[in-house]
Amino acid sequence: MSEKQQQRGEVLLKRSELNKQKKRLHRRRKILDWGVFTGYLLPSLLGVFLFFFMPLLMLLKTSFQKSSTNTDFVGFTNYTRVITNGAFKDASINTLTFALIAVPLAIVLALLIALLLNSGMPGKSIFRSILLNPMMVPVASIVLIWQVFFSYNGVINGWLGNLFGLDKIDWLKSSYAQIVILIMFIWKNLGYNMVLFLAALNNIPTEVIESAKMDGAGPVKRFFAIKMHYLSSTIFFVGIMSLINSFKIFREVYLLTGDYPFDTLYMLQHYMNNAFRHLDYSRLSSGAIIMCIVMIIIVGFLFFAEAKFGGDIEE
Amino acid sequence: MATYRNEELVRKQRKLAATQARRKVYTQVEKPVSKFDHMSPDEREAFFAKERKRAGKVLKRRNGFIKAAMGLGIAVAILASVMALVPIFYTFINSFMSSAEIQDNYGVIFQSLSGHAGDKGATYLDKTPVLRMVPERVTLEQYKTLLFMSPAYLLKFWNSVIMVVPIVLGQLVVASLASYSFARYRKRRREILFFSYVILMLMPFQVTLVPNYMIADKLHLIDSFWSIILPGIFSTFSCFLLTKYMRQIPSSYIEAAKLDGATEWQIFTKIALPTCKSAIFALAILLFIDYWNMVEQPLVLLTDEQKQPLSVFLSQINEAEIGIAFAASALYMIPALLIFLWGEEYLVEGISHSGIK
Repeated sequence: MSEKQQQRGEVLLKRSELNKQKKRLHRRRKILDWGVFTGYLLPSLLGVFLFFFMPLLMLLKTSFQKSSTNTDFVGFTNYTRVITNGAFKDASINTLTFALIAVPLAIVLALLIALLLNSGMPGKSIFRSILLNPMMVPVASIVLIWQVFFSYNGVINGWLGNLFGLDKIDWLKSSYAQIVILIMFIWKNLGYNMVLFLAALNNIPTEVIESAKMDGAGPVKRFFAIKMHYLSSTIFFVGIMSLINSFKIFREVYLLTGDYPFDTLYMLQHYMNNAFRHLDYSRLSSGAIIMCIVMIIIVGFLFFAEAKFGGDIEE
Repeated sequence: MATYRNEELVRKQRKLAATQARRKVYTQVEKPVSKFDHMSPDEREAFFAKERKRAGKVLKRRNGFIKAAMGLGIAVAILASVMALVPIFYTFINSFMSSAEIQDNYGVIFQSLSGHAGDKGATYLDKTPVLRMVPERVTLEQYKTLLFMSPAYLLKFWNSVIMVVPIVLGQLVVASLASYSFARYRKRRREILFFSYVILMLMPFQVTLVPNYMIADKLHLIDSFWSIILPGIFSTFSCFLLTKYMRQIPSSYIEAAKLDGATEWQIFTKIALPTCKSAIFALAILLFIDYWNMVEQPLVLLTDEQKQPLSVFLSQINEAEIGIAFAASALYMIPALLIFLWGEEYLVEGISHSGIK
């Protein structure tokens, strides 16, 4: 009896030792894994830290300073100065209105075109590559032709005058300016969004659509009841991409109209550029911080919305 | 006990009754009386002929409707394509015009742009330019002046190249390493880090440009190409897309490779990179076009006019130079379009996968 007990004790001892060894190995493995993958991440992390995170912290610091040379702490005066600044207000309102109009429009138009191309019409891939083409064209080289079209003595005014006898419109220097910029935005981004939607439409299982057809669902019903459901995460992604791109519209505006465009085209980047020229760092940094916060709020809201409404898509 | 048994009995009886009723439904269905039963064969024939005719008509109408809808759809698609291509097309057409013709035709526009007269900064001339499908005289004059007589242009072109190529290559290398790490090592803290990468990616340059400027100032990089190249290399956009891609690699592949004794580096180069080939090509194209396009960064970070890339230079072409402006634009466009033609499949595939979860 006692022998058996002894044996059992030995076995237990061995097992616990083995366990210990296993644990040690496991821990070593864990540390090794951590080391390896951190190693892979390191170049990017260093760069991002040096060029993005640290400067953002510096930005935060300077935004509370009187000026870049005078490091007195001044609290929120810079912020209040920026917020009450008329130019900043106009610029942010313009940028936001543009995003609010352009993003939904870009989504809807791209979705419509994608549905059209996906409805089994011939030449789908040709249309796709043609529509994707504008994305590749550098802004700087296409701006010239936009000027030819939209300037006061431009082609569009010529056509309108000849066909309908309309008066000339100064497209870029009137309240029509945002429409022109909107057209350019759609022109450039339609293809990209469309490709995203086409991919998503292709990913919808055909059985579901077929069975809905059998049950007598018309095209409209099929779209809203089924396709929308599958598309919602893509819509979210396209929305985010369009939002990013809508901030890039400054390029077109700047190249078309220079530093001081018509009032409704004065974008946040103009404000920034002009602040740069005056070397007003504290104003600049508090402006950037405000924008950063607004961006985080918008993105957070979008992610929240996606988690809430798009969560049930993943099977 | 007794009541229990009783209940069971009742339940059994009910079940039996239900089964029998169901059977009845299946076996004793009365054949419905149709109106065909009362018809004579001739009548029936006539009725069917009529019905066939009607169905044919409906079908034809429906086919016609579908065809019309299809035609309309194609028309819309063609219209959209034309709108997409017209600006590109005319840039090229105009680049083959002689300078004199351009001055003659488009001079009006650029006069009004440079703000000579008028309270709105535009001249009030009656003339508007005409878009011609074919120039009066097709010449390569513009290209000749551009390539052989204006070294400034070539210099700017070279500036663009020298900035874009290192950014694209560097960012791809750094991002593929980082995204491999993000895809394989998924702990809580890493996920938070990844999320902050995403936020950084979403930041418009209106925000990131100021920090970029500050750090470049600290490192004494202002006015050198490095001030643009370095932040470009570490931009987090491609990290985001590649991580999304690499997370789709089936873990069974990686497990199998591990069992066969592959090191992480081998898994990375032999499995992860080849699977993401199309994504990497697509990213290369996207990055190229994005940085080929850049205007904001050079405007702020490069104060030396000599170092500005072509994109900024093109925007400053003035009235005197519009004779060559179209050729300059066309030449600037060509690398991007060539890359597009070469890699369209990759691009489409890459973009498509980026949106799918």
